Amino acid sequence: MDQVIAFLFEPLPFLIWTSLLKTFFVLFGAILPLVSLAVFAERKVSAFIQDRIGPNRVGAPISLIGFKKDISLWGLGQMVADPIKLLLKENFIPNSVNKFYYYIAPKLTMIPPLLVLAVIPFGSSFLTGPDGKPVPMVVANVDIGVLWVFAISSLGVYGIVLAGWASNSKYPFLGGIRSSSQMISYELALGLSVVPVFLICGTLNLTQIVDWQIQNGWLIAPWLNLEFAWWKVALGVLLPISFIIFLVSMFAETNRTPFDLPEAEQELVGGYHTEYSSMGFALFFLGEYAAMIAGSGVIVTLFFGGWSFPGIPDGTATWLPFGLEQSLPATLVWLPGAFWGFVNINVFFAKVSAFIFFFIWVRWTVPRFRYDQLMKLGWIYFFEIALVNIFLVAAVLVYLK
Amino acid sequence: MAIVVQRPKLSLAEKLYLPAVLGGLFLTFKHFLRSLGGKSVTMQYPEQRWDDKLPPWYRGAPTLVKDEWGRERCVSCQLCEFICPPRAITITPEEIPTNDPWAKVEKRPKEFEIDMIRCIYCGLCEEVCPEQAIYLRKDYAITGYSRAEMKHNKEKLYELGGVMPGVVNKWNENK
Repeated sequence: MDQVIAFLFEPLPFLIWTSLLKTFFVLFGAILPLVSLAVFAERKVSAFIQDRIGPNRVGAPISLIGFKKDISLWGLGQMVADPIKLLLKENFIPNSVNKFYYYIAPKLTMIPPLLVLAVIPFGSSFLTGPDGKPVPMVVANVDIGVLWVFAISSLGVYGIVLAGWASNSKYPFLGGIRSSSQMISYELALGLSVVPVFLICGTLNLTQIVDWQIQNGWLIAPWLNLEFAWWKVALGVLLPISFIIFLVSMFAETNRTPFDLPEAEQELVGGYHTEYSSMGFALFFLGEYAAMIAGSGVIVTLFFGGWSFPGIPDGTATWLPFGLEQSLPATLVWLPGAFWGFVNINVFFAKVSAFIFFFIWVRWTVPRFRYDQLMKLGWIYFFEIALVNIFLVAAVLVYLK
Repeated sequence: MAIVVQRPKLSLAEKLYLPAVLGGLFLTFKHFLRSLGGKSVTMQYPEQRWDDKLPPWYRGAPTLVKDEWGRERCVSCQLCEFICPPRAITITPEEIPTNDPWAKVEKRPKEFEIDMIRCIYCGLCEEVCPEQAIYLRKDYAITGYSRAEMKHNKEKLYELGGVMPGVVNKWNENK
């Protein structure tokens, strides 16, 4: 037993099993519950915005085991009921589809957002590893972080295009065509709008970008740590422009309203997933919301300081509020670090949730773009503004910093 | 000649589009907060009903009515069966025996069936009835677990219809 534990705490095995643990936590502890919560929130928030109530009946069905009445739990049971419904439905496959691509398309839509989450630091650190360093809360701490994000998230278009093509039906086909042109157009603006972030931080590693923001203030508002400097004032003007372009492009990349042309219900029935039912449809649904969560994670990491929050220390802290750490026994010295590490994870997901709310909020506010407006916005305005912004930020960094 | 439509001139703020979006977001958020405060317009259906707010001309399920002496008004003229657009009504007429005190009416329904799956609640049966025997009442939640259950027979129709007082020429002894 001791040998097993010793083996587990050797550097390489330790890296492997902690990475697996983090992957499982991110996938099954955070993303999948967050997806079904986001679907529920979508229904609830849309209801509230339209002066309705939304799902409020489904809860614990305790009347099945003999109780008089069910517990409604404000409709939270909908989170479980929706996936169960989709799982139990008949998986109808039209005769005319291209079977192989028809099967593979939903998976291709769902996997990229989950892969993107691998490089996003969702917390500071937790406990201490065998090499004496704290274990970072990121599945893969790679130096090409942001490149990975863009490379993988642009693969998401394949799922939609393949679904549109393989369905062998006109509405999915139109949806697939729209989404391919839309995502390719907005990828440019998306990529260019974050170049200023790399110019400022000097790294592509998302963990280091968060570290930079902890030291110098969040990138959306670099003056946030109250150190006055002219370059920070200038960046305070330029970076919000970058942020807005990035945010809007992210809406386009995740196919959310006002850029949901690929699945415009009023025009294209259901867009690229018209011919899908049951789990295939559920995977598209899951992929869309996972992309939303991954997108929110990227936005939070790049512009809103990731897991950091002013006044909250990271996982290496040795103190607790109210001086509680002094009354801790010697065996529990790891507790303050673990506590703050846990708080940091929660801060990250709180920020992500706020952005998910924003995504939903915008969906029920802004009407859909016309196709030519969409292309004009992407190619004529965002592309140019993002390009000019890079030079302006570079000039600020050279002459003012 | 082509007519040139003047496009409105947009100010910079309008061209930027963002102020309008922010205005919209603000508006929807106001509604969001209002609904959070419990001021949504939804009626919680099975618990809250609009039964007492139904207008007097509301057309619910068609029913048969009896008069104040408990007599059935229907004389089996089968006009409603004839006019019913979806042919939901089936009447089996019957002769009234001569020893009956109301033998002068001659005819009465032996069985009266309305298929509520077919009924379209148009109210033509009520309108066409010369004896004012069939009325559309305010029952709107007509459901059942089988097709047979959805077929209202005479008994069920009288149960739903109840009593409708009022003078009808047929019962007037002096006529």
